[in-house]
Amino acid sequence: MTAMIECEGVTKAFGGIVANNEITLEVPEGRITGLIGPNGSGKTTLFNSIVGYHPVDAGSIKFEGREISDLRVQQIARLGLLRTFQQTRIYSKMNCVDNMLISVPHRTQTYRTMFSKYPPEVTERAEDLLEFVGLYEKRFLISGDLSFGQQKLLEFAMALMNEPRLLLLDEPTAGINPTLINGLIDRLRRATSELGVTLFVIEHNMPVIMGLADNIYCLANGRLLAHGPPEKIQNDQRVINAYLGAHYYLDSD
Amino acid sequence: MNTRLRRTLPYAGLLIAGIAAPFLFPDYTFQFTVLWVMILFALTWDILGGQMGYNSLGNIAFFGVGMYICAVVQIGLYYDVAQYTASYGAVKVEFTAEQYFTGLAVGLIAAGLGAVVFSVILGWVVFGLRGPYFAIGTLGVALSAGELTGAWDYVGGGGGIALPIYPGEPDDRSLFFYALCFVLAMVLFFLLRWIYLGRFGLAANAIRDDEEKAEGMGIHTMRYKTVGWAIAAFFLGISGALFGNMIGFIEPLEVAFPTVTFGLFMVVMCLLGGRGTLWGPVIGATLFHTFKEVTWTYLLGWQWVALGALIVVSVVFFQQGIVGWVKEKWPEKFGIAVDDRALAETEPDLDEAPSQRLRRQTEAAQ
Repeated sequence: MTAMIECEGVTKAFGGIVANNEITLEVPEGRITGLIGPNGSGKTTLFNSIVGYHPVDAGSIKFEGREISDLRVQQIARLGLLRTFQQTRIYSKMNCVDNMLISVPHRTQTYRTMFSKYPPEVTERAEDLLEFVGLYEKRFLISGDLSFGQQKLLEFAMALMNEPRLLLLDEPTAGINPTLINGLIDRLRRATSELGVTLFVIEHNMPVIMGLADNIYCLANGRLLAHGPPEKIQNDQRVINAYLGAHYYLDSD
Repeated sequence: MNTRLRRTLPYAGLLIAGIAAPFLFPDYTFQFTVLWVMILFALTWDILGGQMGYNSLGNIAFFGVGMYICAVVQIGLYYDVAQYTASYGAVKVEFTAEQYFTGLAVGLIAAGLGAVVFSVILGWVVFGLRGPYFAIGTLGVALSAGELTGAWDYVGGGGGIALPIYPGEPDDRSLFFYALCFVLAMVLFFLLRWIYLGRFGLAANAIRDDEEKAEGMGIHTMRYKTVGWAIAAFFLGISGALFGNMIGFIEPLEVAFPTVTFGLFMVVMCLLGGRGTLWGPVIGATLFHTFKEVTWTYLLGWQWVALGALIVVSVVFFQQGIVGWVKEKWPEKFGIAVDDRALAETEPDLDEAPSQRLRRQTEAAQ
């Protein structure tokens, strides 16, 4: 199993707050890896560091063996490393099909293709993926008018349209109703098994992430707290403390 | 066929109106020429301002740059520019017809290309700015361009330059410039129609809606912005060159870099007609120019008040502009609707394969 992402001692501080403190982790190829931790534990900061949203203070981040911590967001995206946002971000004044079409991979784009039209197979693929997330009928609606959950699904479909090698998902199930969550989990699994997309998922919904991930990393206060398969994480006393807030009681005793 | 005819009709109408106008109303040829320049203004502003959400207040700089480049080329091909400008028209300089048209042709091309070079360099500096900072930054560029030109003796400074005189009848002259402005506006219009339908249009809209997301998806945002601005600059540069020659005399503040008149009109026309649409700028420019000319004729003394009132009314009540308002009122006409086939579908089954579902739907339809 080769590692797709290798983080080595990644540190990022905002002023006096150390959001990521020497995080070392690996995301294996072709698997679903989870990232959990209480609010403010540095999960999103780590995602931002990986996709080049901000420079890291120390440490190295490798994507498929290549150092990417000095690359910029667009360059990293074109390598096939993509993220979705916790606060869902779509192109809200365009319809769903257009949202999908503009999300095609940009690594081969040149000045000449800037003005080209989309071949029918690209439109077909866009519609297939919209069908994949259950938005086919609404494909001509303005995406900003969709419900929050549907926007989330659209953002996921857009990410798949980009044909990423690795997809970082920031709370994919937040704000989605329970029946749709099952459908979404199924789609995440199929994205990995059928489309070969490696996933790295931040999730607060414990049943979801425990069922989905092969491997889970737990952060707390900017440090890596625990790492292992779901069963091990579930029974790890430190993780239970971090989530139940046991440390809070310990502190006040 | 019927829908296709209905779709081509507005375009054909625009072309026919443009060709017929100077023959039907020969007295108004000059006004119609200015109208096409206004449409050029609105269309070029909308590339960044409407489609990409980059509200530039300084696009008029390309107009002035093109105007001056053309003037310098027209004169410089046959005379010493510094000597020519220093005489302030005291020395009568003759241009033969051949010299005039060669100079104009070379000058127009140079104006377009020069404005493109200027826009690329400028874009490299100002595209780091977002929102209001971009607007103010570009406004500063346009204002300082005017002031700097005014202080530059080589191009005549504040005194301006008298351009070569058209070798022919005044009526031919106005028709000549009308034709050039009309053709330029039409080339731009159909070019924009073409690129808005393709990848460029979508990328521009993506940048408008969420530039950070667009970057995160790997879109070459800087490239799209630069190219969009360069297209605007190219056409503005040429229209500036044409406008300067039509007026016959150019100077920095009122003719070449009129930031608070033309520079703002282009924004207002887009807002009025509907930014981010192909037809919005055309409709907005036509209405605006007509309104302006009518008030200048019948409400003299109050014309600026009337113009201000129009701007206030359009910004307060018609923020989407005319086309945007129509789009909002009748979205189905623009294809913004739930797919009809979905109506039969009460509860979409997420686990059904797309192909299976399509087959079932086709069967249901029969």
